[in-house]
Amino acid sequence: MKSKPPATEDRYGRRADIKYSLYLLKLNPVVLVGFIISIVSIILALISPILVNPSSWHLQNLDLRLCWNNPAFNWGIGGVFDCTGRIYPLGTDQYGRSLSEMMVLAIPIDLEIALEVVLSAVVIGVLFGSIAAYVGGTIDELILRITDIFLAVPGILLAIVMIVVMGRSLFVLTLAVLITWWPFYVRLVRSQVLGEKEKPYVERLRAMGAGRTRILFVHVVPNSIYPVLVQATLDIGSVILTVSALTFIGLTPSPLLPELGNLANQGIQYIFTAPWLILFPGLTILIISLGFNLLGDGIRDILDPRLRR
Amino acid sequence: MEEDYFLKTENLFKYFPIRGGMLSRTMAHVKAVDGVSLEVRRGETFGLVGESGCGKTTLGRTIMRLTDPSKGSIKLEGEEISRVRGRNLKNIRRKMQMVFQDPYASLDPRQSVRSALVEPMKIHHTVSSRNEMNRSAEQLIEQVGLNPDHLARFPHEFSGGQRQRIAIAIALAVKPTFIVLDEPTSSLDVSVQAQILKLLKDIQRDMGLTYVFISHNLAVIRQMCARTAVMYLGRIVELADTQRLFDNPKHPYTHALLSSVPIPDPEKRKGLETLQGDVPSPVMIPAGCRFRPRCSYATDKCEDLHPPMLEIEKDHWVECHYDLKFAASYSD
Amino acid sequence: MRKVGSEGETILAVNDLKVIFHTYAGDVKALDGVELFVRKGEVLGLVGESGCGKSVTALAIVGLLPPNAEIVSGKAVLDGTDLLGMGEEKLRLTRLKDVAIVFQDPMTYLNPVLTIGLQITEIVASQPDLFIPELIKNRLDEISTIEKAKGELVPKLQVEREKLRAKSQTNRLGNEELTRLTRLYATSILKSVRLPEPEKVFKMYPFELSGGMRQRAMIAMALIRRPKLLLADEITTALDVTVQAQALQLLQQLKEVIDTSVLLITHDLAVVAEVCDRVAVMYAGNVVEVADVKELFRNPMHPYTQGLLASVPRVDLVAEQKSIQGSVPDLMFPPSGCRFHPRCPRVFEKCPVAKPTLIEVSPGHLVSCFLFGG
Repeated sequence: MKSKPPATEDRYGRRADIKYSLYLLKLNPVVLVGFIISIVSIILALISPILVNPSSWHLQNLDLRLCWNNPAFNWGIGGVFDCTGRIYPLGTDQYGRSLSEMMVLAIPIDLEIALEVVLSAVVIGVLFGSIAAYVGGTIDELILRITDIFLAVPGILLAIVMIVVMGRSLFVLTLAVLITWWPFYVRLVRSQVLGEKEKPYVERLRAMGAGRTRILFVHVVPNSIYPVLVQATLDIGSVILTVSALTFIGLTPSPLLPELGNLANQGIQYIFTAPWLILFPGLTILIISLGFNLLGDGIRDILDPRLRR
Repeated sequence: MEEDYFLKTENLFKYFPIRGGMLSRTMAHVKAVDGVSLEVRRGETFGLVGESGCGKTTLGRTIMRLTDPSKGSIKLEGEEISRVRGRNLKNIRRKMQMVFQDPYASLDPRQSVRSALVEPMKIHHTVSSRNEMNRSAEQLIEQVGLNPDHLARFPHEFSGGQRQRIAIAIALAVKPTFIVLDEPTSSLDVSVQAQILKLLKDIQRDMGLTYVFISHNLAVIRQMCARTAVMYLGRIVELADTQRLFDNPKHPYTHALLSSVPIPDPEKRKGLETLQGDVPSPVMIPAGCRFRPRCSYATDKCEDLHPPMLEIEKDHWVECHYDLKFAASYSD
Repeated sequence: MRKVGSEGETILAVNDLKVIFHTYAGDVKALDGVELFVRKGEVLGLVGESGCGKSVTALAIVGLLPPNAEIVSGKAVLDGTDLLGMGEEKLRLTRLKDVAIVFQDPMTYLNPVLTIGLQITEIVASQPDLFIPELIKNRLDEISTIEKAKGELVPKLQVEREKLRAKSQTNRLGNEELTRLTRLYATSILKSVRLPEPEKVFKMYPFELSGGMRQRAMIAMALIRRPKLLLADEITTALDVTVQAQALQLLQQLKEVIDTSVLLITHDLAVVAEVCDRVAVMYAGNVVEVADVKELFRNPMHPYTQGLLASVPRVDLVAEQKSIQGSVPDLMFPPSGCRFHPRCPRVFEKCPVAKPTLIEVSPGHLVSCFLFGG
């Protein structure tokens, strides 16, 4: 049996990391599914303007309202209109727009909001959470209390108030979700940093003469960030769900807005006559959330045990 | 004759408050360092030995100003450093460095060796150009017995002994004059320990460093230190030239410690003399002599009166009421 | 006073034990044919540095290896039965009664939410019929001691004695009696490990005890079964030196009184010199030298043993320690032939090519090195 050790890079560095990741992927094929779904959603979001004209959601065509002419499936409901002209793969909505086109336009909007919320929350969380944990004392108390206040107020209520006060727009919608989201990240980062700052290398850096800022942002935060990144991936799905919930209850800038939750909402009234209106957007929300959830789980599995090395 | 000491502590105290109750009142204190006065000579290796709870690590950290002393003075080369802050403290940190016990946790896992070596130079602005930094890094890594292609690697690629070498190299990066070593080889295998101890001795000789060597391992202390202080419950109970301390201990605790250490020679198997009871906690310190509850030679005087620190022989200090003579701690 | 069994009376024989750990990065060949034996009544020291496989050997013997470990080959014969060939249930019973293992850190191995007393009685309660003879014997001994102290027979105790003698025939005890006798037995065991106020300790939780006391409680829990073999894995490593001395003294005192053979695993050669009858030295998954303790220290033959002994600092004299060049190999890619050859000061052509085996070079002294034949 040959026992020649491979080059050190193989044993430690990048190659071993990739081997480990592949091994874990093998253990958990479901993660692969999540990964694929997430990638497909992102690609769809990116090429969306090529597939569908971005301003086509304003156009209404009342002749084609609520029709279905996709021969592949028969709903078995009486009185389904048959669309004229081209095939609409997922039927049309009550404004006469192709549902499939609206969904393709909705995905980038949802993903964009989700990314904006999550990234902002991470930045706020890292900034305030790490300072609170590292400096401690009154600053920590202050930040914690502010976080508690925001956590205590019901998110939906806050969102409603904001939208009523500041008007309906995508920006306000995004802000409303962010306002309810950032406290969790502050707490998460804070608890990570609290643990990390007790590690011996931090004391060694202090003994060496390193200042607080350097220790915190060059050393402690990068070592604390993995669970935060994992949470962020998981939250992409959750944010989409939250935005969908908000538009579902009507807090949307326009009833025509191509947003998955909004599309589903519009479809409730037609559930017995045009079930595709609620079914397909709803399913898509489910699949995308699930996809990112699984991806986040997978990343956690890959990153966490390795941290214990 | 006033001798010029390199490092001197006078009546150094470090108490940690224990808070409790509704308003977080201070209920009691952990008296980790309870009045320590010592002097370290330039260029020597000064040993601090004791069991857990004796305060040696806290003393080391207090001297390094990683924690502020509750009371007392610390003088480094004549300069009072017990209260300095800010820029002054940073300048002091250039002169004194520390090597810690756990090689696996004292390096930032995400930092390459080169980056870790260069960082102190950046912090203290000792070297300006990138080239000089790289050259210094190469010199340092070779000085500790590793080679320059290790510079690009990360801590997890190294063994315990190698990581400790890296930690030592980092400590040397700003050319300090004084290093506190807190159990530097306790986490290492015995065959590697010898390498590291030899390295430390070589570096000391080459760079004229002064060491404070903290350990619970009496055998290592004997090999490394010129003078040694034995600590118990926050105070020094005996201080002497190492060889004299080991061959002729004067404090019952020192004698008990030495008699408890097994010797790697079955011919010298003696049946270890055991000290009764457990290592006490620095929260409840006994009245009078703090060693009294476990001392086989204690008298009433020991309970009533705290023993003075006496120079019982030249340069041999003991904190005890009596001048005791013990049977040999180990057979010949 | 116990006598160490002569050559023929072996309580444990390990032959050609090979263990591989399957990890994501590859297979770690942790044990590569370990050979050792423990005589009845002796204390065998298994000494080596980190990664040499001494703990793995102990865990393999009692069947406590993690799921990714594979015992590729080998036998571990305890008093006639091969432990490695046993089924799970039989092995569990063996762990309960015949072989006990004590670990390094009592705080993690003791259940923090149960009192010491409860943890000890739990052992008995799990399989009472195994322990009833001991329980009865213990109480009978106690009764005799009381009567001797009093100098006369006590009627109540006599009645009890008769009852117990009758019970020992049937090996059955009522629930109340079982509880009472178990408690008495546990208390006497706690006393035998020199725990002060054993009745109080019985009711205490692990966190209320000091490190040394916890270690004794663990030893008590191991000895309560009167095992044939006690595996002690680095039991003194985490202790302060004065507390370690107490633990070692306890071990020596127990040697006198109890019949258990001990496999003492440690990296500390001084502990070995102090307590052990024979020593086996391990390096990188193999036993490289075995000898009586005095013989090993006086006349170490294997270059690794020599290097190891030369690197140990001593408290009784000042000497230059020599280190062994190089470092412990990564057992995922072990060196070919003799695993020590890359670091050996006396290596020659045969060493990287073939694997040496343990050979008896002088009576009782075995070495695995081509310098001595093979």
